[in-house]
Amino acid sequence: MLNRRTKSDVWFDLINYIFLGGFTLMILYPLYFVVIASISSPDRIFSGDVWFWPRDITFDGYRRIFRDPAIWLGYRNSIVYAAISAFISTALVIMAAYPLSRKDFFGRSGFMAFFLVTLFFNGGIIPTYLMMKDIHLIDSMWAVILPSAVDAFLIIIAKTFFQELPDELREAAAIDGARNMRYLTSIVLPVSKPIIAVLVLFAVVRQWNGFFDALIYLSDGHKFPLQLVLRNILIQSQPSGNLVNDVDTLLAKQRVTELIKFGVIIVAALPLLVLYPFLQRYFVKGVMVGSVKG
Amino acid sequence: MFRNKQEQVSANGSRRLKSVRTNYELYLLILFPVAYFVVFKYWPMYGVQIAFKDFSASKGIWGSPWVGFDHFQRFFDAYNFWQIIRNTVYLSGLNLAIAFPIPIIVALMLNQLRQQRLKRFIQTTIYAPYFISTIVLVGMLYVFLSPSSGLVNNVIKMFGGEPILFAGESAWFRPMYIFSSVWQETGFASIVYLAALAGIDPHLHEAAVVDGASKWKRIRHIDLPGIAPTIVVLFILAVGNLMNVGFEKAFLLQKDLNVDVSEIIPTYVYKIGIQRAQYSFSAAIGLFNAAINLILLYIVNKSAKKISGNGLF
Repeated sequence: MLNRRTKSDVWFDLINYIFLGGFTLMILYPLYFVVIASISSPDRIFSGDVWFWPRDITFDGYRRIFRDPAIWLGYRNSIVYAAISAFISTALVIMAAYPLSRKDFFGRSGFMAFFLVTLFFNGGIIPTYLMMKDIHLIDSMWAVILPSAVDAFLIIIAKTFFQELPDELREAAAIDGARNMRYLTSIVLPVSKPIIAVLVLFAVVRQWNGFFDALIYLSDGHKFPLQLVLRNILIQSQPSGNLVNDVDTLLAKQRVTELIKFGVIIVAALPLLVLYPFLQRYFVKGVMVGSVKG
Repeated sequence: MFRNKQEQVSANGSRRLKSVRTNYELYLLILFPVAYFVVFKYWPMYGVQIAFKDFSASKGIWGSPWVGFDHFQRFFDAYNFWQIIRNTVYLSGLNLAIAFPIPIIVALMLNQLRQQRLKRFIQTTIYAPYFISTIVLVGMLYVFLSPSSGLVNNVIKMFGGEPILFAGESAWFRPMYIFSSVWQETGFASIVYLAALAGIDPHLHEAAVVDGASKWKRIRHIDLPGIAPTIVVLFILAVGNLMNVGFEKAFLLQKDLNVDVSEIIPTYVYKIGIQRAQYSFSAAIGLFNAAINLILLYIVNKSAKKISGNGLF
């Protein structure tokens, strides 16, 4: 490309650097601050000394977090729910999307309409709640996993992917005697790793971050996913007794609670942080397919 | 090939039958998601009728008596009806007005960066907040805005101001809501625009540079028109979702002290339906909300088609 910068372009670039630099800083600084605050002394946070570096480094917050059974249990529950969700969601989406991607699948437009309708109409909170009550799933882990496991939008994304597989692939497989199921399991699925990754990651993120279903369907604290445990600590400032019961004064308790808040933010974000390189890659892919072809 | 229509139809019919028979496995496969949708999506749709009934658990959905539009009337007559509607429209309208254009600007600006590594670094950074849960996001808002230890109030105190109790003042509910949306969603929302920008023919830019067009001019006359269809589609979707303001964040930011601005339709539905178990009344409010959404979607889509020739359907 040609490189002829006019005077106004020089100004433009300057403004652009300032704008994007400022914006990036606005995103990055709060994240950075949480990290340094989580290992700073709560007294220094309260007196406003923590800006760019951690002060009086302490791991007391993390020590308390790792000792707390409620957080561990929530963590374990969330991992279990995310794993089961990922499996069920991916399986159901593929079972719908693969047949719909086949031109010789008679009735595909009818089935497609059947799924798509749900993007525009839904029962709403209360009728869904009553349905869950009718099938006796309230206060079970399935109440957190099933209601939002599949979305028609995901079916569109997967169907688009399968449609792009060359027809010759199937014809060749048919000559070798591989009919539908064999073809799907031994040829289609192995070449569909990118779309499976998209579906799995969508499900994991939704399950890890969601709390609505847990809020309305679960009452047994032992089944709470991590997000509901976090809600008690972060939003309602009511950490379970174990976290702060050895602290004497109310003021000190308040300070330790603040420290714990920074720590749990990190602990809660950790799994997605580890997955972030994949998330970035595959989420972008998923969004693209969905927006361009949807 | 076929002598008459009749023959063609029967040939089609037998071909279909053959296709169904050879592909029976595909039908078995799709049976599972169909069953899932029947139970988890269509069953609740059937249950929507309780909005027009006096639902009692003992009689069930079918057996409960019809009451017509009584529940809707009750909602329209409620003392807080206009307040809830105003809060909902205000919150989502303001959010749309502020949070919708920013990703477009960010994408246009990022697209002008020539250093690819810097561009990638910025993208990686600004996508990240999208993966933070609403609970953690609101938790972060609270720790940053805390009157005793929060960063923001520390700055205010540094300049000699009085600390502000952000979480407890009605006036701060909407700014907190909207700022956190911008912070969390801008990066991710810019992806679609960046992709649309990447699809613009580079020859257009080259020709414009030869003609001496500045970057400003190229953004206005090449980039913006190039991504206009994408903007229109996303705008339609956004308006169609106008009354679907996120329950989660409003619910988490809601306190008794700011309920006069934070009570929106979804939080009200939750309160009435789940907490007070007034199922029919709550379902009616939810249905009213959904109906407005559909009407909005229809109107915006129609006007977008008329103005620009681009619509969703």
